Amino acid sequence: MEINRRFFFKAIGATAAAIAVGQETSASEPDLKKDNKKEELHGMLYDMVLCKGCHGCEYDCAEAHQLAEPVDTTKSEHRLTDETRCTVVNKHETSKGEVAVKTQCMHCSDPACGAACLTQAMYKTEHGAVIWREDKCMGCRYCMISCPFDVPKFEYQSTNPRIIKCDMCYNLIQEGEIPACSYYCPSKALTYGKRSDLIRIARKRIHDSPEKYEDYIYGENEAGGTSWMYISPVPFNELGMNTTILTSSYPALTKGFISSIAPVDILLPAVLLGIYEATKSKNKPLDEEL
Amino acid sequence: MSENIIPKTINEPSTGFWKFMLHELKPKGKIFSPFNIISFPIIIVGLIIIFLRFKNGIGSVTNLTQDVPWGLWIGFDVVTGVAFAGGAYVLVFMVNILNLKKYKPILRITVLNGFLAYLFYSAALLLDLGRPLSIVNVIIGNNFGVSSVLFLVGWHFLLYMLALLLEFSPAIAEWLNARKAHKILTGLTMGAVVFGITLSVLHQSGIGALFLMAKGKIHPLWYNEYLPLLFVVSSVFAGIAMVILEGSISQKVFTKQLEGNAHHNHDDILVGLSKISALGMFVYLSLIVLVFVHQKNWQYLNSGMGQWFLFEIIGFVIVPMLLFFTSYRYRNTGMIKIAALITLLGIMLNRMNISIISFRWDAADRYVPSWQEFIVTLTIIFIEIWVLRWIVRRMPVLSKSPEWAHNNH
Repeated sequence: MEINRRFFFKAIGATAAAIAVGQETSASEPDLKKDNKKEELHGMLYDMVLCKGCHGCEYDCAEAHQLAEPVDTTKSEHRLTDETRCTVVNKHETSKGEVAVKTQCMHCSDPACGAACLTQAMYKTEHGAVIWREDKCMGCRYCMISCPFDVPKFEYQSTNPRIIKCDMCYNLIQEGEIPACSYYCPSKALTYGKRSDLIRIARKRIHDSPEKYEDYIYGENEAGGTSWMYISPVPFNELGMNTTILTSSYPALTKGFISSIAPVDILLPAVLLGIYEATKSKNKPLDEEL
Repeated sequence: MSENIIPKTINEPSTGFWKFMLHELKPKGKIFSPFNIISFPIIIVGLIIIFLRFKNGIGSVTNLTQDVPWGLWIGFDVVTGVAFAGGAYVLVFMVNILNLKKYKPILRITVLNGFLAYLFYSAALLLDLGRPLSIVNVIIGNNFGVSSVLFLVGWHFLLYMLALLLEFSPAIAEWLNARKAHKILTGLTMGAVVFGITLSVLHQSGIGALFLMAKGKIHPLWYNEYLPLLFVVSSVFAGIAMVILEGSISQKVFTKQLEGNAHHNHDDILVGLSKISALGMFVYLSLIVLVFVHQKNWQYLNSGMGQWFLFEIIGFVIVPMLLFFTSYRYRNTGMIKIAALITLLGIMLNRMNISIISFRWDAADRYVPSWQEFIVTLTIIFIEIWVLRWIVRRMPVLSKSPEWAHNNH
């Protein structure tokens, strides 16, 4: 089963690579952060030049995740993802006219939510999708505190609340399919594949039509690299996207603290006992304390 | 834990033990005291709200939003409450490690306060968990998230509660007249003290470290990489301020228990504590200034958030610090109490600023706690005070230990 699935991915990956870069199949992959993993990171390339903003992916996503059918898709004001929808498409007025922007989980290579989660309910799979595992979660919402993109949403009105967020259709992927939004997208704005291949595709598109594209891949380095990447006709700050995101991984912010815990746990008791020995009065027995 | 061991070691027939327990369960004070009249109805309403929270979900009683997922129950009950309970580790360090015997009379009440605070704040935490039953995953090891700060804080928190219980357990043994258990438990005290202080330093700083990943989501005036250090330093004077205030209240309420404690010089203790607070606040202020200059935060001062920041630092750090210094010099205990009160308000403000007020300060819909959240918070504090009062009136916390406890070893 495991071998079959992996074989299948290799087949898909090879095909995608062949389509994308022609004969160039075995190039080095410097962008791959987790090269020690058995499976290559997969992701999605979202091309805002191609996206027409039809909201179709919202309907496909809702159906794939058994969520309520999207409402207010025609409204002009900006909609946010919430506990009833994993993805929304908003239209932004920009210097190059109206541009549609899809929002969903970015599936960071080193996700803050995954490092935050104390039960590993938020989990970065080898495949690349960041998934939420219902049987582990205790509903502390620390993932929501940590996520720099404000992605995880919580069902406040439920007695057995879930975290709702895009899981890159992980169940479909396990069956060898591709994410619903990408599968159904009529404008082919969403390309699913190996992350390294997607970066090459993005570079090629930017290179081939520099007048159409802004020379930047959002997600290549954001938050230390994300599986979901954007290319756009206009600068990203015109699209209401967070351009102040760090280019290093967010869990790295807590690494210093976490690595100092064990030394303190071991050394401080010794120091305390030393001070105690130094200050205790000689003529009083030890158990006079408390 | 220790309740299970103690009955076996009691040298009385079990009927005697139950008679004793029944007698002790009866209320010992006035039933219709002003505090009871105010707190009882609030507790009833609070319990109803807690019932509704489990029946209809967290959203039915709180105003939490998708942008601000931690509200009053975490920001006040846990984040602020843990700082307030910091007095336990500071005093234990002073008395048991530095051997400053002067502070021994208030040690037990402080440890008891700390233990109850942790016990009730973990209860508040359970209310806030969406799926509280899954907390066993963290304890039994079904997927340890060892890279999670919250995981480490949780474990240090849990173990520290055990350490506090052990530190307090000799008082329970004295109350139950369990001499053998008393001897064993007293022997364990030093271990509990050493590990208790270590665990405290780590979870006090860990609560600050919880917010390290929220870079960009907390206003830059409050976010900095030194949050763990700032949290642990401020927990020193927050804890002491709580000890000062709580001690002053106990002096009035528990006069009966304090009778016969001739060598108990409360003013001397207060003056000593105010000196430590002032020094702690000076260190804290220096760190704040250092971070402020280092991060070049001048640009933010000329905004609403900037003035709010200055209000916190000047009004609730510099002012009480100066008050503590002056009152220490002139031995003005009245001023010490005022300074302690301002300090506590300041810590509350600081912790709320970090976890709620400046958290996603740019979000479209602001989080304002619902009245139910306030009532539940009050309920938890009131029940804690009821339990504290029940224990203080029965066990040798403020009153003297029985003679045998000193000659037992």
